[in-house]
Amino acid sequence: MVITGMAVLTALGSDLKSFWHSLCDGRSGIGPIDLFDTSDYKTRFGGQIKDFDSTPIIDARDQKRLDRFAKFAVVAAAHAVDDSGIDFGAENPSRAGVIIGTGVGGLWEIEDAHKKLARGPDRLSPIMIPRMMANSAPGELSKRYGIQGPTWAVSTACASASNAIGDAFRAIQRGDVDIMLTGGSEAAITPLSLGGFSAMRALSQRNDTPTEASRPFSRDRDGFVLSEGAGIVILEEYEHARARDAKIYAEILGFGSTSDAYHTVKPDPEGRGAANAMRTALFDAGVTPGHIDYVNAHGTSTPPGDLAETVALKSVYKERATDGLSISSTKSQLGHLLGASGGVETVVTVLSLYYGVLPPTINLNDPDPECNLDYVPHTAREIPARYAMSNSFGFGGHNATMVLCALDGIPRRYAQQAA
Amino acid sequence: MDAAKGDTEDRAVANIQERVIEIIAEQMGVSKDQVSSETSFVNDLGADSLDQVELVMELEEEFDITIPDEQAEHIQTVGQAVKYIEEHSS
Repeated sequence: MVITGMAVLTALGSDLKSFWHSLCDGRSGIGPIDLFDTSDYKTRFGGQIKDFDSTPIIDARDQKRLDRFAKFAVVAAAHAVDDSGIDFGAENPSRAGVIIGTGVGGLWEIEDAHKKLARGPDRLSPIMIPRMMANSAPGELSKRYGIQGPTWAVSTACASASNAIGDAFRAIQRGDVDIMLTGGSEAAITPLSLGGFSAMRALSQRNDTPTEASRPFSRDRDGFVLSEGAGIVILEEYEHARARDAKIYAEILGFGSTSDAYHTVKPDPEGRGAANAMRTALFDAGVTPGHIDYVNAHGTSTPPGDLAETVALKSVYKERATDGLSISSTKSQLGHLLGASGGVETVVTVLSLYYGVLPPTINLNDPDPECNLDYVPHTAREIPARYAMSNSFGFGGHNATMVLCALDGIPRRYAQQAA
Repeated sequence: MDAAKGDTEDRAVANIQERVIEIIAEQMGVSKDQVSSETSFVNDLGADSLDQVELVMELEEEFDITIPDEQAEHIQTVGQAVKYIEEHSS
């Protein structure tokens, strides 16, 4: 199963090439939030997409039918479809599907509608429900591209996009479909969400130095940075991709999904659920920890999260953890896109394999003594990485891990079969 | 009816029609010159049931009136909307 198209919408850029260069240059996309007045908030910065313009892709009528998060999904999907060169009109519509992850769905719509409710229930728009539904993004994409196979939304908080891609991977693996449009989308820099995450004490409060606020694995990390955007990929069955002579970025080899069964939002400090997700994904991929060159960590910059992930990495990778394994958290530059993060980070992991460059963890000036692995600090690293892992963990104890593989002409699995 | 009063009324109607056209063009994502008094929401602009409810609500908001559902069903064109507003706005 291969990835043949990709797109991101992030605070650090939405053109794949410039996004990749900014990431490898160690730039930060974090800045002040101006979507609404944040003066009463403890945290007033985030990874906001400035000057988002969906008008070339979404017409005036559909502008009114879609929440900001669904617009992100539609715009990113359009770029990913362009990138893949797929013409859905020429494909069997029931052999294609759409699975999109989102942590909260149409939160802007919910908040706007609630203001209208104060003036009476008769003031609510008939388009409120379709705009707020978490499944509005896959529904809209299915309609746009005439995709008639399996379509649904996945919601596992910050693991949503990874679980979506995992589901899409399985759908192709089972033989249900040949092509999946998948990933995640989130537009949750809203008054409620910013206030709610602040109330949890989950967000960094470094208002004076926003670009240095997301500092995964640092001793003085003080929470994550709230971001928005989308990461969408086209997954395709290999023979199908080859038949149309598609550009192939990388292969997805395996996926693992587990749960902590521990606490409402806190990760298991032993990282057992996370470790099990990594082991399951490695087993599914048919590779050992010794094969993996790079891990794109979940690494949100919260005190308990980064430590639990480090503990889990050590328990899975053992001696490999300190011998040849490069780990980085690109949330240090991008902030945390919640339910879209796994989509963007899948793109990042694929590009790492594709270009042989690992993006750094920035702001790691003073590492937590308990987080003592190789997090690729400050500067990107050129390595001809062959196997990589991407981790996503969500509030609620959801863990999702993917294992990907670079290509030398043809995917490793098919090379083995041929030999 | 003296001439001056008739003029004022005509201007008032023209003004209502202009505002209605503006709302409908905005709502349906079309340019204002595509909308005239005869334009039908469903047949000419492709409005679906959600659009129709939304349009009526926008008109209620703009003209500070209440359009009961059974009346709203009969408002299918720009002209019908203008007529209803004329008769019911204070």
